[in-house]
Amino acid sequence: MPRIHDRGGWPAAGQINKTEHDLSMWEKRTDALVMLLASPTKRVLRVDELRRAIESLTPDAYEKLSYYERWITAVEALLIEKGVLTREEIDRKAESL
Amino acid sequence: MNTKFKPGDRVRVRSGSPPGHFRTPTYIQGKTGSVVAVHGAFRNPESLAYGGDGLPKQFLYLVCFDQTRIWNQYTASPQDTLFIDIYEHWLESA
Repeated sequence: MPRIHDRGGWPAAGQINKTEHDLSMWEKRTDALVMLLASPTKRVLRVDELRRAIESLTPDAYEKLSYYERWITAVEALLIEKGVLTREEIDRKAESL
Repeated sequence: MNTKFKPGDRVRVRSGSPPGHFRTPTYIQGKTGSVVAVHGAFRNPESLAYGGDGLPKQFLYLVCFDQTRIWNQYTASPQDTLFIDIYEHWLESA
């Protein structure tokens, strides 16, 4: 049984929504954050690691989260894994916003 | 470093789901196609995905498959083909 992201040939996947939509500011910031973390001067993470972290989401989370919600969830997991930030630091900051 | 395959060679995609990250979708595993081109050698994403150095580099091939050989009940044109990039360690001679 393929994992949740490995979807080629899955039956009843439904129509793909191809309508264009504007990105919100947090989505643009998420993209910028990944570009920065993966940049040659920072090298905190690689896109391969980002993909691996996205593929490691639970099937339930993978289905529920939007594209950039998957990105930011994966970035959070990787920054904790790499010891850049702790879960507590992220939670504390989120609560103060 | 020499390539194992050259354009025109028939190849079969290995089957298997390693526990980690891999770039060979399940639907193409076990299928037979033809090498179209060699893209070059690149760091192995299966290692890069876990912070590894991705070495030794792996050759990446452009491989062509007949759609009718991929899907059991393919109802569109029998001439349809699929091109997909596959790393050398996922391929064997067919």
